[in-house]
Amino acid sequence: MNTRFSAFSKLKDQANISLLGTTAMLFEAPGAFELPTQKRIWALADEVQGWDNIKEAIPGMTNLMLTFRSPCEDPSELRNRLIAAWEKATDWKIEGKLIEIPVIYGGELGPHLHDAAKLTNMSVDELVAVHANRDYSVFALGAHPGLGYLGITDERIWVPRREVPVLSIPAGSVSIGGMQTAVSASPGASGWHTLGHTDVEFFFPHKENPTLLSPGDTVRFRVERIIP
Amino acid sequence: MIKISYTIGLSTIQDLGRDENYRHGVSIGGAMDRLALQMGNALLGNAKTAAAIEVTLFPIKFEILSSVNIAVTGADCAIELDGKQINPNWAFHAEKGQTLSLSKLNSGSFAYVHLAGGIDVPEVLGSRSTYLRCAFGGLDGRMLQNGDVIKSLPEADPFPPIAPGGFGAISPALALPQPSHASVGTNDAITMLRYLPAAEHDYFDKASLDALVTAPWQITPQSSRAGYRLAGPNLAMTDKLEMRSHGIVPGVIQVPPGGAPIIQTADSQTSGGYPKIGTVIDADMWRLAQTRIGNQICFQKTSYEEALAAYREMNKFIDKVRALSKAYRDLLK
Repeated sequence: MNTRFSAFSKLKDQANISLLGTTAMLFEAPGAFELPTQKRIWALADEVQGWDNIKEAIPGMTNLMLTFRSPCEDPSELRNRLIAAWEKATDWKIEGKLIEIPVIYGGELGPHLHDAAKLTNMSVDELVAVHANRDYSVFALGAHPGLGYLGITDERIWVPRREVPVLSIPAGSVSIGGMQTAVSASPGASGWHTLGHTDVEFFFPHKENPTLLSPGDTVRFRVERIIP
Repeated sequence: MIKISYTIGLSTIQDLGRDENYRHGVSIGGAMDRLALQMGNALLGNAKTAAAIEVTLFPIKFEILSSVNIAVTGADCAIELDGKQINPNWAFHAEKGQTLSLSKLNSGSFAYVHLAGGIDVPEVLGSRSTYLRCAFGGLDGRMLQNGDVIKSLPEADPFPPIAPGGFGAISPALALPQPSHASVGTNDAITMLRYLPAAEHDYFDKASLDALVTAPWQITPQSSRAGYRLAGPNLAMTDKLEMRSHGIVPGVIQVPPGGAPIIQTADSQTSGGYPKIGTVIDADMWRLAQTRIGNQICFQKTSYEEALAAYREMNKFIDKVRALSKAYRDLLK
């Protein structure tokens, strides 16, 4: 494996549980970054959501954050309970929907397309073809309202996050970072590489279900145009 | 009912923020100084979750359109009602036609103007907080402008008009003095933040872990309601980590590969993937909010038990303000 990817290959063989102050706890699943693990995370989220003092159980990428209604008084007890629940968490059956997203790659709204091509030793056309030639599962929503974390990207386009996050990228920015890809749903800071842009809207604050994407959905990017 | 008669922008309506929308990627949001917000609501006998005006840029002026009890909390600024000076952390009665002004910031960053009953704007996703990034919540999802009329909700337990002179609370800085720092000592010019180590704490090299707790850190102008970016020594890891995105909460200290830490605040992203060296404890987040850009902070590692104790102490203070204010109100009845 290329040394550029060495950081991606560190796998933990045990679940890692850590605290985010006294207000939240983070559970990171052991093993590879793959869909079957994520399905167990979704199942775990369903289970934990009903526990006492849990405000929300929020899936990330093969991990789960728990937020507390009031500070957790006994983190070690919760830790043990989580590990036991993880052992029991199995597949999560869901019929997600398929969402097609037309993308214009490159140009002003895809400012890091060339950087990313350089990082991956590919031509711009190759990079776009690899990015668009795959159905992605919506692993989780997060970062900002309506943003779907999509996985898993082709190994050839795994790239480290940017050294310094950019202060703002516009809504509809299609980007890659680590083994993930995503479309931003509103303007804001980002540490990823922005490849292109879509006009699709992802967030509707006044609707009861405010997001276009839900965990378990499938996203397909369609290359509308490449601006070289 | 009050009208904004003068503002230069950036002030918004905020409450304690949005719960249970993290799964949609929606930040907690709400007041940067949650202690000040709760104090104002306690002084007026408002619901704990009532919304107030978060003032960010001074001066700001309000015309009182109908008589109302008001409280001003948070930053130490010059508060005047028709030219008469009012103390910070004070509740008072304002008559129709009077002008309330907040100017000349002495210390702190955010002041809160509360109306009895709380501010009446529609709830969006369970909160009245303004989220500027996505333009929802508060008043049409935007910052307040000259001419905006702000209404209050009916009071659950109406407060009689507060007697002339009003009443107030001791400032949080006096009630909850910051602990002494191991290398900085007791210095009110530098904000001391206690933190608990987070998952990647031990991946930082020894020099960086030492620097974290000994160096003064400056809050840079690239700071916002989403996060405070710090300038100081570079924090380096023993090994590069490229992590899977996961949930983060306000207080989390992320360190991007560039080595300059960012403390997440109210409007922080709900998830991220930069390594986390620690989390500033809940009880110290108001101190961070009230530290101005360009000023300094320092970090001190703490224990989980101490973090819980500090949290309880903060809540005890708010409860006390609420209880004393209620006693005062019952006296007036």
